[in-house]
Amino acid sequence: MNSSVIIFPGSNCDRDMDVALKKFGFKNKMIWHDDTKLPKSDLVVLPGGFSYGDYLRCGSMASKSKIIKSVIDFAKSGGLLMGICNGFQILTETELLPGVLLRNKFSEFICKDVFVKINNTENKYFKKINKQTLKLHIAHNEGNYFCTNNQMKEIEDNNQIALFYCDKKGEIKDEHNPNGSSKNIAGIFNKEKNILGMMPHPERMIDAYLSGEDGSLFFQNLIKNLK
Amino acid sequence: MVNEKIAIEHGLKKQEYSKICDLLQRTPNITELGIFSAMWNEHCSYKSSKIHLKKLPTKSNKVIQGPGENAGIIDIEDNDAIVFKIESHNHPSFIEPYQGAATGVGGIMRDVFTMGARPIANLNSIHFGSPEHKKTRNLLRGVVRGIGGYGNCMGIPTIAGQTNFDESYNGNILVNAMTLGLVKKNKIFYSKAAGLNKPVIYVGSKTGRDGIHGASMASAVFDEKIEEKKPTVQVGDPFTEKLLLEACLELMSGDSIIAIQDMGAAGLTSSSIEMASKGKLGIELNLNKVPCRESKMTPYEIMLSESQERMLIVLENGKEELAKKIFDKWNLDFAIIGKTTSSKKIEIYFDKKKVADLPVDILVENSPIYDRKWKKAKLPKKNKFKKEQFKNLKIVNTLNKILSNPNVCSKKWIWQQYDHTVMGDTIQKPGGDAGVVRVHGTSKAVAASVDSSAIYCWAHPLSGGKQIVCESWRNLIAVGAKPIAITNCLNFGSPENEENMGEFVECVQGLGEASAYLDFPVVSGNVSFYNQTKEVGIKPTPTIGGVGLIKNYKNMVTMALKQNDNILLVIGKTEGHLEQSLFSRDILSEKNGPPPEINLFNEKNNGETVLKLIDKNFIRAAHDVSLGGIITALSKMCIKGRKGAVLNKPKYLIDKFEYLFGEDQGRYIIEIEKTNYNNVIEILEKNSVHYDDLGIVNDNDLIIDEKTKVSIDDLDKSHSIWLNNYMSK
Repeated sequence: MNSSVIIFPGSNCDRDMDVALKKFGFKNKMIWHDDTKLPKSDLVVLPGGFSYGDYLRCGSMASKSKIIKSVIDFAKSGGLLMGICNGFQILTETELLPGVLLRNKFSEFICKDVFVKINNTENKYFKKINKQTLKLHIAHNEGNYFCTNNQMKEIEDNNQIALFYCDKKGEIKDEHNPNGSSKNIAGIFNKEKNILGMMPHPERMIDAYLSGEDGSLFFQNLIKNLK
Repeated sequence: MVNEKIAIEHGLKKQEYSKICDLLQRTPNITELGIFSAMWNEHCSYKSSKIHLKKLPTKSNKVIQGPGENAGIIDIEDNDAIVFKIESHNHPSFIEPYQGAATGVGGIMRDVFTMGARPIANLNSIHFGSPEHKKTRNLLRGVVRGIGGYGNCMGIPTIAGQTNFDESYNGNILVNAMTLGLVKKNKIFYSKAAGLNKPVIYVGSKTGRDGIHGASMASAVFDEKIEEKKPTVQVGDPFTEKLLLEACLELMSGDSIIAIQDMGAAGLTSSSIEMASKGKLGIELNLNKVPCRESKMTPYEIMLSESQERMLIVLENGKEELAKKIFDKWNLDFAIIGKTTSSKKIEIYFDKKKVADLPVDILVENSPIYDRKWKKAKLPKKNKFKKEQFKNLKIVNTLNKILSNPNVCSKKWIWQQYDHTVMGDTIQKPGGDAGVVRVHGTSKAVAASVDSSAIYCWAHPLSGGKQIVCESWRNLIAVGAKPIAITNCLNFGSPENEENMGEFVECVQGLGEASAYLDFPVVSGNVSFYNQTKEVGIKPTPTIGGVGLIKNYKNMVTMALKQNDNILLVIGKTEGHLEQSLFSRDILSEKNGPPPEINLFNEKNNGETVLKLIDKNFIRAAHDVSLGGIITALSKMCIKGRKGAVLNKPKYLIDKFEYLFGEDQGRYIIEIEKTNYNNVIEILEKNSVHYDDLGIVNDNDLIIDEKTKVSIDDLDKSHSIWLNNYMSK
């Protein structure tokens, strides 16, 4: 399986994603934002970090970079496109995913382990995954998902919510919402479910000596689904 | 037009100004005076500290580079080396906490990647005034956001730190930032220029008017006009620094660079002069070529600006195009601003006129050195604690009070705002004895810790200086790392005050003695004097950053208790030293008395024996015993592991408060399995290490004696609640 990770100036989880993808069997290529062509890929990843310093608005400058046109074309033709953290913010800025990511509720950067519940397994990302609740890691300042009521209705009608923040047992309650996100949303799909944006970093949970291995589970399952 | 009055306004002393005129045999012009004031201030010249710092041990078979470069370097085998340093950004952080702290973090990372190393971990030690002081809360919030804002954006994990509160910092907070970087031994870069007519290159951000005279400000006492100093605080741009990091490392992968130096304190002035001085060369600069952010900047302003995220490079001839291409790719300014010469002078041109012409050795080798007067501190008399004083105290209440003390309580509110897991190699997060990161792609890991004990140093600087090195050593051993070397950040009041100077001299002596004995040399550091508002200085606060190596990261140890029925031992002897303990100060309100004694032989022997036990895989959990004594240390181990413990009755100390809360040094608590007990005891006895059977690991409750128990949930609550409550007010 071939994957591509896009590097924007200020991306800083690009190497971590590269390590994770290779560990679970992807042949990964790093693609510079100034390039115009994507290599043939089964998966394209927009990694976490602070693209362009997040100076204008998180993800907004990256959504206008040179490579983005071919990323959009790739996704519109059904290719799997995943945005993690800053990558999720870029996906909402390009309007490939609905809604926006606001500053965290208490306007502080949060770095900690969280539990997320998988809401929809009818897609390449989570199909046949043998766990409903994953322990992952978040590290962000703007992860407070927000959208209009109409958008929310559409998201729910189309079963586009990918992940909810929850507790260990999978219960979705306010107190497990780390950033004020609407309905505890941690990740969403597009209508067709080939585009996934999520705040948690599965690439930081791929090793028993780090915080845990639920990230491994995610990548192993993903590559199995792609084969 | 330059005269004595203007020189004094630049922070120079009368006799320093006349020395300049004598050495030059003329009056300097204003640009030259600015350069002198930047090079001869305390921050850059170490004029009050130099003769004392020379006594510190700086060598061992692991040291590749000691003090004098951008950072120190140690060998961690297999052609890998760790570059590290700690630095203060105290004065700017008090004036403008966010930017002051952010640029402190940015500056120390530049020191590390200037040497060719990719930063792999950040640490910090921050000290604030009393929690009740009106400025403390906002300063803390601003500093934490600043540290996070810069480090998070750079994508470097912040893996450990330390936060203290004491009224002596009410008017002068301390912000000390430390960075570790990883480099191949054969790819280290230095700041020594070499060769004639080599191009001198400016890269990074443009130069603005921010930070002019920052280093001079850091060498002065605060007074009521402090708000006027805001424009001297630099403004950080972590995004540009991230680009600068990647661009520099890309250029460094080739062979284009002869010398490289970041523009930190005193900007273009100190970077160009240091490169010339180390290479025994001259440098000629044309300031019209310097990329400027603001219009009509004068040579004086350009030379003294402390704009951040800039580097000065001496390139090989013919490599200009290749280098420019890399910096263009990363969208950074690149300008050839001068060349190396044989003149041994700094010659500066602006609008085709020579605006400064100064011999390098006058600026560097002839800078003033002071052997300042200092006062020796006496060892304070012991208090005669009367046992009746303790009679009405309840152990559980006392323990809860100590766990919720601002200097003991959980600092999760702080470190949760720092990205501590980016780069995917953090195997021990903040909140442990030391932070640990793997050396990417290998079985090795590096442990690092920052520590200070201002109370002990204040009570008796010589003992305090020794203690703090020992504590750093213990923190590394407690995670299973072999301690290798330290960096120090020496925060003190005014050196012109004999008592403050005495504190400095004796703390340095103490830390030198301990680091020599433990073979734990000082490889880098920084001195911050004048942490003083009007007449009042801070408590002497040397901060030690220790670094150690774990050969196989799978052998790393944490403090969390692991398994019921495992045995708990205290390594090292408990004498019950309550003087200057948290118990004495916080519970008995007794501020006087001597700090605990340091026995370097025991310290070394105990530590090395614990490491032996870890190497043999006998230790399940370990924690050093420090502030708050055995019971505080054990409570933290219980909280981390969500386990309880049942304590044995102490064998030889009658008074339970002395036993539980005494702060004797050189001690650890370890958890071992019952089946290994005999093996462990044999090793301890063979090495003549004192140990006590502390108790057994248990479920849910800490049972101190038949009548005294407390649940782990309650301890956790006491430990975690204070800072959250404080910051939500």
